[in-house]
Amino acid sequence: MTDVTTHDPERFFLERFGLSEALLEQIVGSAIARRADYADLYFEFRTVQSLSLEEGIVKSASQHIAQGVGVRVVAGDKTGYAYSDDVTVDSLRLATRTAQAIAQERGETQAVAVRPTAPAHDLYPLRHAPIEAPLADKVDLLNRIDIAARQHDTRIKNVMASIGVEQKLVLIVSSTGTVVGDVQPLVRLNVTCIAEERGNRQQGTYGGGGRVEYGFVLDDDRYRRFTRTAAEQALRNLQAVDAPAGSMTVVLGPGWPGVLLHEAIGHGLEGDFNRKKTSAFSDLLGQQVASPLCTVVDDGTIAHRRGSLNVDDEGTPTGRTVLIEKGILRGYLQDRLNARLMGMPLTGNGRRESFAHIPMPRMTNTFMLAGESTPEEIVRSVDRGLYAAYFGGGQVDITSGKFVFSASEAYLIEDGKITRPVKGATLIGNGPDVLKRISMVGNDLQLDEGIGTCGKDGQSVPVGVGLPTIRIDGVTVGGTQAA
Amino acid sequence: MLLAGARRHGATAADVVVAEGDGLDVGVRLGEIEKLKRARQKHLGLRVFVGQRSAVTSSADFARDAVKRLAEDTCALARVIAADPFAGLPEPAELATAVPDLDLYDAAVEDISAEQAIAWAQEAEAAALQADPRITNSEGGECGTSTSRVLYASSLGFRGEYRDSAVSLSAVPIASENGAMQRDYWYSAQRKLARLEAPADIGRKAAARALRRLNARSVPTCEVPVVFDPEMAAGLLRHLAAAVSGYALYKGTSFLIGKLGERIAPDFVSVVDDGRLAGGLGSKPFDGEGLATRRTVVVERGILTSYLFDTYSARKLQHRSTGNAARSVGSSPSVSPTNFVLQPGTCTAEEIIRSVPRGLYVTELIGFGINPVTGDYSRGAVGLWIENGELTYPVEEITIAGNLLQMYAGIEMVGNDLDLRHAVAAPTLKIGRMTVAGN
Repeated sequence: MTDVTTHDPERFFLERFGLSEALLEQIVGSAIARRADYADLYFEFRTVQSLSLEEGIVKSASQHIAQGVGVRVVAGDKTGYAYSDDVTVDSLRLATRTAQAIAQERGETQAVAVRPTAPAHDLYPLRHAPIEAPLADKVDLLNRIDIAARQHDTRIKNVMASIGVEQKLVLIVSSTGTVVGDVQPLVRLNVTCIAEERGNRQQGTYGGGGRVEYGFVLDDDRYRRFTRTAAEQALRNLQAVDAPAGSMTVVLGPGWPGVLLHEAIGHGLEGDFNRKKTSAFSDLLGQQVASPLCTVVDDGTIAHRRGSLNVDDEGTPTGRTVLIEKGILRGYLQDRLNARLMGMPLTGNGRRESFAHIPMPRMTNTFMLAGESTPEEIVRSVDRGLYAAYFGGGQVDITSGKFVFSASEAYLIEDGKITRPVKGATLIGNGPDVLKRISMVGNDLQLDEGIGTCGKDGQSVPVGVGLPTIRIDGVTVGGTQAA
Repeated sequence: MLLAGARRHGATAADVVVAEGDGLDVGVRLGEIEKLKRARQKHLGLRVFVGQRSAVTSSADFARDAVKRLAEDTCALARVIAADPFAGLPEPAELATAVPDLDLYDAAVEDISAEQAIAWAQEAEAAALQADPRITNSEGGECGTSTSRVLYASSLGFRGEYRDSAVSLSAVPIASENGAMQRDYWYSAQRKLARLEAPADIGRKAAARALRRLNARSVPTCEVPVVFDPEMAAGLLRHLAAAVSGYALYKGTSFLIGKLGERIAPDFVSVVDDGRLAGGLGSKPFDGEGLATRRTVVVERGILTSYLFDTYSARKLQHRSTGNAARSVGSSPSVSPTNFVLQPGTCTAEEIIRSVPRGLYVTELIGFGINPVTGDYSRGAVGLWIENGELTYPVEEITIAGNLLQMYAGIEMVGNDLDLRHAVAAPTLKIGRMTVAGN
């Protein structure tokens, strides 16, 4: 097995593909020969392993190794891109010539001197890469989850659990002269339970992980908590009644319900949409877009989080960007191309799914800062409304601003108390408007457990979200029970 | 060579998929080229069985010793897995004996140059931008081409390969009025270049759709008939395809468990899965395990007559495979529909809309609010309000909700305007009643 736990990505890639620093300088220099503004090479070596259990046994295991290089040339607002999973000098040269076709003018090969740089942060130093944890341990974990779920309640009839582990090495060589690499681990554990009672079948799902050691899922019996939560969600859904339909007061629980921010404003604040003025938030910098209780940030520098990175996929150090400060729109999320064209600073949000994809502005960990109210006060303040504790995913149209997110665990609030569970319903709102309706913000900020994947333009990247308990006055709830 | 290597490391059976692809992806915006991407990929997936234990790996490294190591690593991975009595390759007698040419490859697509793709994307976007002064911006025009070759071989002695091609062209204009913006799109996707819709037509349709959304409003919550345009109706069909998959059935995650042979829709509703449609976007000569693809009637005059299976899910439920194994390079087979089509009816879309005194015509749906276990359905919607059988003002920031079992049973009309831009395809259809949630 190849040793993928190297702590020196540059040496790993140069040795593996028989390249030299001088050669890389030459390639990058020729890439910007045609009056291009910027060029980079993105080398990637990635190992992904996954095991899953169903019907009481660990039935399947898979492992994938992907490697390759992407060559990008940027001229103005134009991007030329070519990639190859065959990393040789010849394929690099061919890819460079192809990517260069984007830049029309002739110019001379520029001399680029590259200088290895250490990443600005070290957010996920691990003694042992999770990909190296013994397979037998992972099989044993999944078996324990199965037993725990079935022991929880006899109505739990099906249990599905999976553990996904990844180790990704990247090396970015840029025409600005930097060479920076990173080693990115990732773990994700997921449990789904199906409960059945008198012909009624319902499902519950929970999980988490991060850029952590394999042992993270065992620490503090974390896997048992995930299992219990999934089982209880399935059992509770057995009692669920039809969800209400129409505009209501909604209280969101802490943590993963932060998907609200990701959909309502996160995408709308990505630099590419605002540069092109296709976002409903274009031209709103400095204006009030949320209630003064709201401060929302995107922070890629939180240790061990799924959504964090030491450097983005253009080699820029990640950072903490204040998007909304006390209700005022303060910032956009940028990659190199859009930051340059907008005359704005880099924020370290240029991400790509793999060497086969072009970078664009993406979120990292997006969350709202804690406020002053207690969660109990917030629920008590609502005569009639909906309490949404957990969600599936969401989606947004950044031009009209309309976004949705689908509640998977929700309850009625009646006379200030959480009462009956209701079936899942989709909530819909308008991004530039919904945060203005937040009338209470709790003191219980939580980040999600490490399960988020964001899709944009066909590219998936891992992300995080977070939220304290909040109250929103007027969100359309897509139930079946017209009030 | 890989199969022999697997045997040497203890595999009792194995199969391999090799997929090779080449493509072009160009984007223009406001007339200028914005993105030019060339893609070339070749990778392989190996699945081994060590007795009743199996594992899958994939790699893009075709060097001799990398391939040898892959066989060894995959067998090692299989050994930690539990024995599964249902695991294994298909019965040899079920394998396809011929690999028909289903006309899936068009050399003209492979010959499309970057300059040509750019010109078409520019033409489509220009037609949209010029259609109306209220079209003020654009996400752009895009043209994509791809050609691929798939090879599948197994230790049963099966070896088959085929080529296919695809070309697509789209325009995404933005309309604005009264300080609000709306975007919509239109696209054409075909295997053969000659069938691609003309760029100017794509642009004009995209512009008309974006303009149609201007000055949209929400509506009061109500229960009304909902008419789905063909692309949205195809979405309803995708949920049906997922629910008839053998995997969802044995895992307990389908709302159609135990309903084989029962009526799930009125008798003018029939759904057919056909993997042999000449030139079809979902067609292939053999499935992901080497079985012949075929035509399966899933819903016949409203009765659920067949589920869809591969070998594994069929064994779990004591059925036979329907030749619907799907195999992407890095995974073990799953079940996927091929060309999954709601058979067209006789009414026109206009007749369907005219039949609605008050209701919703849906043109876009967002969100993932479908519960596969129960069929509960709740999604964000965009469309046009219907009053007295006529399309009136645009609506947005609403949801439509119901339960798929009741929705399929509540289909009242099926149109004659089948839209074949996807492998899962449908015409316009009307559902008698759903809850529309608004203000």
